[in-house]
Amino acid sequence: MTDLADRQKLSYIAAQAADARLNVELETEGMTLNIGPQHPATHGTLRIIVRLDGEQVVWAEPSAGYMHRGYEKLTEVRTFPQVTALVNRIDWLGSFANEVPFILAAEQLMDIEAPPRAQWIRTILFELSRIANVSLFLGDLGVQLGAVTPVFMAFRDREYVLNLIESATGGRFHPNFDRIGGLKDDLPAGWIAETKQVMKKLRNFCDEIENLLFGNEIFQSRLRGIGVIPADVAKQYGLSGANLRASGVDWDLRRDQKLPLAYDKVDWKVWTHPDGDSFARCWIRLQETREATHIVDQLLDGIPSGPIMAKVPRIIKVPEGEAWVSTENPLGEMGYYVVSKGDLGPFRVKIRSASFNNISIVPWVLRGVYVPDVISILASLYFILGDIDR
Amino acid sequence: MSDDSAVAELPGDALREGVVQALRDALGDALLDSVVVPQRDVWVRVRTDAWRQAGIVLRDTVGCDYFCFLSAIDWLPSPFGRGEDDPTAPAPERDTEIRQGVTGGDTRMQVFARVTNIAKHFGVTIKADVPDDEPVVDSWLPVYAGANWHERETHEMFGIGFAGHPDLRNMYRPTDFEGHPLRKDFPLLARLVKPWPGIVDVEPLPGDDSEDES
Repeated sequence: MTDLADRQKLSYIAAQAADARLNVELETEGMTLNIGPQHPATHGTLRIIVRLDGEQVVWAEPSAGYMHRGYEKLTEVRTFPQVTALVNRIDWLGSFANEVPFILAAEQLMDIEAPPRAQWIRTILFELSRIANVSLFLGDLGVQLGAVTPVFMAFRDREYVLNLIESATGGRFHPNFDRIGGLKDDLPAGWIAETKQVMKKLRNFCDEIENLLFGNEIFQSRLRGIGVIPADVAKQYGLSGANLRASGVDWDLRRDQKLPLAYDKVDWKVWTHPDGDSFARCWIRLQETREATHIVDQLLDGIPSGPIMAKVPRIIKVPEGEAWVSTENPLGEMGYYVVSKGDLGPFRVKIRSASFNNISIVPWVLRGVYVPDVISILASLYFILGDIDR
Repeated sequence: MSDDSAVAELPGDALREGVVQALRDALGDALLDSVVVPQRDVWVRVRTDAWRQAGIVLRDTVGCDYFCFLSAIDWLPSPFGRGEDDPTAPAPERDTEIRQGVTGGDTRMQVFARVTNIAKHFGVTIKADVPDDEPVVDSWLPVYAGANWHERETHEMFGIGFAGHPDLRNMYRPTDFEGHPLRKDFPLLARLVKPWPGIVDVEPLPGDDSEDES
């Protein structure tokens, strides 16, 4: 018996030693994995360098700059009306929304205000840009988690919105429609009725996505509790838009600041979520898309008549001064700090884009997560490369 | 909370004057200038050595815990104009006087940042001069973690150093790129190579030689 016990003891020790040797042999020195610049899960050309310990990220660093176009320098050699054509291309999925804060800043410096009808149409187009932008996010989200169907639905239904934007402004992606003092044109005939139909379709799309994705068990287990960002960290990094509201911060520039837009004329709700995880960020975006369709519906009902252009000089010179205007864009807070010296063009424009801040949190939030979650967290933070690099 | 009440309750003036007062109490004469536009905005300018302290006061006393952005302004008028000059004509005379904007200033470059109080719905723009001979200010990294990338960008674009920032690598351009593109004396090469035709498009279209005949 003692022999057997000894043998057992010895084999146990041998097994332990073998395990230990195996552990030493398999011990990783840390691997550096390069995600991007071209990767289907990055919206453009963002490169992310992660250092891994086994499956876990110990260090991550996004490397932007593959799409830097130098808009801040280019605005200095353009006249004020020309700048909208540039800033259109910052967040190319919601272009019209990029024009609005710049135009509002210029109007603030000139001390003019667009007539009510222009303000309402601006707000409608602003929300349509949001719907076009975020509906693509909702579809793309599925692809990044392995579900292919939603993205086709997203492209299908976004097309209706782009058609609306095109019929009103002439441009599907780059409307360049906003003018200092108002808008280029009035709405075409039949546009309001058509928009109402499309909003119904988009609400259906939201329901479809909600049924297809958000109730899905795999979807939930991939996103719930992953990439949690607490409210104080989110504010320190300047996260904005849905990313901030998903951390439970009740802050929406559409509601919380006074701008000549029509948001205070309609009844709507700011959605927040207490969890701060990837699921919360996606869920907020879904709710906001649905809310945006309701905002558009109400605005269409109450749209006032009247001119669409205030009285502005033919050659626009903006008086000397500095103005900061930011709006709640599809990606988050987008603002322009415009410095004018009384010239035809701006002296300096600081473009504060949402994705730049939203992505600067990546080194913090990716620390300690597993490799598959890198993609889902990046997807849920939602960035557009043009919005990071400008 | 109802949607309208938040905006309607804006105390406005008193609120923004209070920001200036809080900074004056904490910083004393390091607060150089302030401008309040009622119901709209507030600008303050602090001494360079009080830049970080001002950030801490804004975060902890004024309650601006939301970091919006940090950047810089080069107040030198561009020696190249807007790149619309006729290259054959003699160079026009340009304004070379440095005039700082709101809240004034003494140096060519200024750093400025914006922080927001989310609870009370207002933002503050804060500026500080950057010494001409040694363009370095304190880093805001210990105050707002989000300042990291903004300071890297500002360092790259303006050549302003941030004391205490651990990693001022370039964000956009290659490491060996020379010059700081957003400084006004950095030429926009595209415009120097081919001047912009200006407001009126005077370039003849291809195949359109009516200009030559007349």
